[in-house]
Amino acid sequence: MANFIGALPGAASQGLIWGIMAIGVYITYKILDVADLTVDGSFCTGGAVFVMLFGAGVPVPVALLAAFGAGLAAGLATGLLHTFCGIPAILSGILTQLGLWSVNLAVMGMKANVSINVNDTANLNKLWVSLRFVTSVGDGSMPFYRHPIVVVGVFTLVVIAVLYWFFGTELGSALRATGANGNMARAQGINTDVTKVLGLMLSNGLVALSGALLSQYQSFADASMGRGAIVIGLAAVIIGEVIFSKIFRNFALNLLAVSFGAIIYYMVIQAVISLSNINTNYLKLISAVIVAIFLTVPYWKGKYLSKPVKKGGLPNA
Amino acid sequence: MLDIKGIWKTFNAGTVNEKTALRGVDLHLDNGDFVTVIGGNGAGKSTLLNAIAGTWLVDEGTISIDGTDVTKLSEHKRAKYIGRVFQDPMMGTAATMQIDENLALAMRRGKARTLRTGISREERENYKELLKILDLGLENRLTSKVGLLSGGQRQALTLLMATLQKPKLLLLDEHTAALDPKTAAKVLETTEKIVGRDKLTTLMITHNMRDAIAHGNRLIMMYEGKIVVDVSGEEKRKLTVERLLSLFSQASGSDEADDKLLLG
Ligand SMILES: Nc1ncnc2c1ncn2[C@@H]1O[C@H](COP(=O)(O)OP(=O)(O)OP(=O)(O)O)[C@@H](O)[C@H]1O
Ligand SMILES: [Mg+2]
Repeated sequence: MANFIGALPGAASQGLIWGIMAIGVYITYKILDVADLTVDGSFCTGGAVFVMLFGAGVPVPVALLAAFGAGLAAGLATGLLHTFCGIPAILSGILTQLGLWSVNLAVMGMKANVSINVNDTANLNKLWVSLRFVTSVGDGSMPFYRHPIVVVGVFTLVVIAVLYWFFGTELGSALRATGANGNMARAQGINTDVTKVLGLMLSNGLVALSGALLSQYQSFADASMGRGAIVIGLAAVIIGEVIFSKIFRNFALNLLAVSFGAIIYYMVIQAVISLSNINTNYLKLISAVIVAIFLTVPYWKGKYLSKPVKKGGLPNA
Repeated sequence: MLDIKGIWKTFNAGTVNEKTALRGVDLHLDNGDFVTVIGGNGAGKSTLLNAIAGTWLVDEGTISIDGTDVTKLSEHKRAKYIGRVFQDPMMGTAATMQIDENLALAMRRGKARTLRTGISREERENYKELLKILDLGLENRLTSKVGLLSGGQRQALTLLMATLQKPKLLLLDEHTAALDPKTAAKVLETTEKIVGRDKLTTLMITHNMRDAIAHGNRLIMMYEGKIVVDVSGEEKRKLTVERLLSLFSQASGSDEADDKLLLG
């Protein structure tokens, strides 16, 4: 138990990082209404690009931006496979994800694992987030605002603010309309191919950014770090919805709920691990079960607990 | 205004489901024409409207709107010229978006979508005024999600959206068919009001012969992918159901008209 509590700040930090990835998933799954499996690949792409660039002496913000750009490119690939080549969205995502496996390895110089040298203090201090900062802030050797929760929290708020603005613009509205009703969108002159590609790019850009933050936090990138990312993203989206949909109505708050969902999910997983001494090989199975449960709850609630709806329209309609 | 020359459309060509839905349709509409379209199930009415709107490209023939050849243009590009209301009330609006957001999307039909605000404050006030023509009280529910509206309310809203940016051509595909009779009459009345006010060139499909006779200045009837009856002017004004049925029998060489057309 003490173990678990001690791990809380770290768990919250990592949950927040995943939250940014989950916000990316929210854009495709909830707004565009496509299930995009590129995520498992593009998450690692972000991490790989960041670690390699940082290792080559590129400043953190530039490396983060490059990781975001790499995510945009991954989304572009999936988007073009889907719209230009006419391949179903799910399959397009799987194809890109598969291809990215090789791309990611190539980016990392054909190694499965590349780390950031954090034993070099000068190097470590250049980073914006790191697992080590959790203890440094804890023992007072670093100011509180270097705590990963604060840094990633600010990141998250900026991302939410930008998305809130974007989805209120003409272009953002066109994207929402595309997901809500493609027929209607086209009848209103919206090129739904373009909006879909844009949405996939934006989503994967955020996913890659999240991957870059995670590899920075844990000080390494790993070829398989993105495995199961889509499930984590969906879990966060759904947990956020199940728990907060009654209180949060506004779009920005919905995005915040996704971020909270990721934190909750990560904490649940941590709790399961530390309280039950379970073999971590079962982690993926536990994740799958947790997500399945959270997907089932709203479905059953709708099916068995909803009041019967009156047939027919309003009298004056 | 609308010029259609010899269009053909075959679905699932080369399979057992092959179906030629349009067989060389010619149609010319003058500016301000309000044309009603009737015909039995599967006659090709919806296919004709989809061909004009660009849901897919036709196999042969040309379509031009107000002098612009649109035959090869994609659906979203043609939307600049065309306002549409579909038969299915769910199809014309975005259920998860608000009434004002739907209207704002329609206000920008045919324009580039930029990073400017998707809906301004003045716009909202303007929509309140515009919604009054529907006489459904929607002006007081501007920020309600469209998914909460009834089918009739959604169809009326779609009609307003289709005409918000004055279209060169208004396409109505049985837009009252899914509604109860009273609601249908009301939406039809609103249609007359808007089409009359803006002098819109309109193609309106209906399954109801009386509606087809009562509205518009011209009536065409389709049968097996062709236009077989075309009446306008004085003849249209004097048209009766009996006369229409006999015209149909002459044109198609059968008397199945009664069952196929009088229903609805
Ligand atoms: N997208 C499509 N794919 C395959 N066949 C189609 C398609 N659209 C229409 N058809 C076929 O073309 C024929 C004409 O259909 P259409 O929908 O134009 O008829 P309609 O006159 O609108 O009939 P209704 O009164 O039933 O709406 C039908 O046989 C239909 O099955
Ligand atoms: Mg039809």
